[in-house]
Amino acid sequence: MPEPSAPRVGLLVTCLVDLFRPSVGFAAVALLERAGCAVAVPQAQTCCGQPAYNSGDRGDAKAIARQVIAAFADYDYVVAPSGSCAGMVKVHYPQLFADEPDMRARAEDLATRTWELLSFLVDVRGMSEVAARWTKRATYHDACSGLRELGVKEQPRRLLASVHGLCLAEMPGAEVCCGFGGTFCVKYPEISDKMVGDKAAEIAASGAEAVLAGDLGCLLNIAGKLSRLGIRAEVRHVAEVLAGMTDAPAIAAPRR
Amino acid sequence: MQPTSRDFPANARAGLVDPVLQRALGLARTGFPARRQQAIARLPEFEALREEGRRIKDHTLANLDFYLERYEAVVIATGGHVHWARDAAEARDRVLEICRSVGATTVAKGKSMVAEEIALNEHLERHGIAPVETDLGEYIIQLRHEPPSHIIAPAIHLMKEQVADTFRAAHQELDPARSLAEPRQLCEEARTILRPRFLAADVGITGANFLIAETGSSIIVTNEGNGDLSQILPRVHIVLAGIEKLVPTLEDAATLLRLLARSATGQEFSTYTTVSTGPRRPGDRDGPDEYHVILLDNGRSALLGGEFHDMLRCLRCAACLNHCPVYAAVGGHAYGWVYPGPMGAVLTPALVGLREAGHLPNASTFCGRCESVCPVKIPLPNMMRHWREREFAQGLSPRAYRSGLRAWAWMAQRPRLYHAAAALAGRGLGWFGRDRGRFRSLPLASGWTLVRDMPAPEGRTFQSLWAERQRAGGGTR
Repeated sequence: MPEPSAPRVGLLVTCLVDLFRPSVGFAAVALLERAGCAVAVPQAQTCCGQPAYNSGDRGDAKAIARQVIAAFADYDYVVAPSGSCAGMVKVHYPQLFADEPDMRARAEDLATRTWELLSFLVDVRGMSEVAARWTKRATYHDACSGLRELGVKEQPRRLLASVHGLCLAEMPGAEVCCGFGGTFCVKYPEISDKMVGDKAAEIAASGAEAVLAGDLGCLLNIAGKLSRLGIRAEVRHVAEVLAGMTDAPAIAAPRR
Repeated sequence: MQPTSRDFPANARAGLVDPVLQRALGLARTGFPARRQQAIARLPEFEALREEGRRIKDHTLANLDFYLERYEAVVIATGGHVHWARDAAEARDRVLEICRSVGATTVAKGKSMVAEEIALNEHLERHGIAPVETDLGEYIIQLRHEPPSHIIAPAIHLMKEQVADTFRAAHQELDPARSLAEPRQLCEEARTILRPRFLAADVGITGANFLIAETGSSIIVTNEGNGDLSQILPRVHIVLAGIEKLVPTLEDAATLLRLLARSATGQEFSTYTTVSTGPRRPGDRDGPDEYHVILLDNGRSALLGGEFHDMLRCLRCAACLNHCPVYAAVGGHAYGWVYPGPMGAVLTPALVGLREAGHLPNASTFCGRCESVCPVKIPLPNMMRHWREREFAQGLSPRAYRSGLRAWAWMAQRPRLYHAAAALAGRGLGWFGRDRGRFRSLPLASGWTLVRDMPAPEGRTFQSLWAERQRAGGGTR
């Protein structure tokens, strides 16, 4: 059990982790608890509202943002296992309420408390290593929002370097978008296909047995393309590896 | 040029299966970023320079009326003429009038995106005046009757073999047995053909990278020197520029030039930086007899003070194109008008209308690479999102998409219902996908499964499992 003085962290589960891969949520909880946090999961959360926001539906985006702001009002920190959703709260909520001073203040307050999982562990909690073992040659895809909106780059690599048996094989284009882009991937499937096809080719060329990233949207896209192409590579959220929770089948992998 | 931005999806599909285009883009998408990276690595103050560049442009735009009038007064004082053009038609007419006033039959053109924007070549040709493009890339696409596919490398969509074929077809007077295998040979052939045309041209038309309010000067940068010959040799020099090209002083331009070359081509400085101020003065050894500047608005002033104000900082360096994974996938022609890539996705709807160009700001993953390399820090993804907001507000996005989105948003605002529905969906999909862990096709998800498998959910949702864990007392709270 955490210390009574432990910081209270509200986990922003994200809609994709909730529906597709609860394992990532439990891995995030395990890492946060190991970092000395008391983790809670507000039931009143669904999604951060990014699909509405990026589709130009500002009204619904604001309504969903209000719900998130209320649901996470009482936590010292809000942590998401996703740079995309954390970036939505941290960078875009204040912009969304630019013309409503009261809500803007609340959004900015939430923004200062909100972190992407890896940057929270390393930059806020000072975590420098994990006690995990995973004997694989893996490559790391830098998901765009985490990288460019939140500066997530070294943090996952620092922690991965402490995983026993793990060898990181970097791709030259690790920072190039995988072509997910939320609704982009279904609105412009051929362009998305070219982008994720190039990503799959780089993964294959890296010689890695596994590909890791910090955002489930990208991972579903990459895993789906690797699977379609018949390229064997284990696709996992980085939190699963860092938490030592790699028993569940990988994303898009056969279950039996 | 008639926009085809409405056909972006079809244009993009054509680009994706064009093997020449894909080879050319494959070279460009690693070459440009690598050269830029090397150039900025050698300049530790690059980030401070970006901030300074942004400040210069913001200051100028905030006082644009003042600087435009100041500029006009100085140009007139140095013996030049300033023509204000509200739209493309006015700008074309001014150019034609000037050409006719000196009985021009041929015009030498330096590279100018504004000339593309106002479709100047077609207009001149229609009125019996022959425009000759003198930038190598522009010359190539002029021979091929194609629009540029990139704002600083207009023929980037071609490989040297296509250029050789184009030259053989166009330069019939030359020895058919000559070799055109090397880029250098292509360049020399173009030089040989173009040299007499510079000398014969009655009027030279260039764009402008910067207009200097303090001195009434225009500045262009080139790597071929063609801009110099276009503007010095003919009797009349016409500068075509958008009103946002103003900067207060030569020092400001010098700061922006350091950003421009590194961001565009990864050079420390472009090979030729040419400053023109007024016509030839008594005692000058060269220069034109007449110096005209056509200042084009064409929708720009309407952007001032609004959501797209920051776009007016754009230096037209093309760093956003060079780093855009969507541009790298489909090429510039897919965008269907003059300005492709992220800057085009913001500018084109403003200039040709959202109804025509609505696809462009939608065809972005918001990966943010464009903003991260922009020398004047234009928030391109945010502005693309503003176009999507206008599209949504005006009901221009597809009806099925809008109603699907609204239904999802309705659910997302009702957590209990949402969690129940998610639990059901997770269970169902998890059960059907329990063996293979993925779906090759899925109802209502064809946009996804057309090109990739859909990973199956694990089965239970996180929220339902967490609630169970809490009930069992396993949680921390």
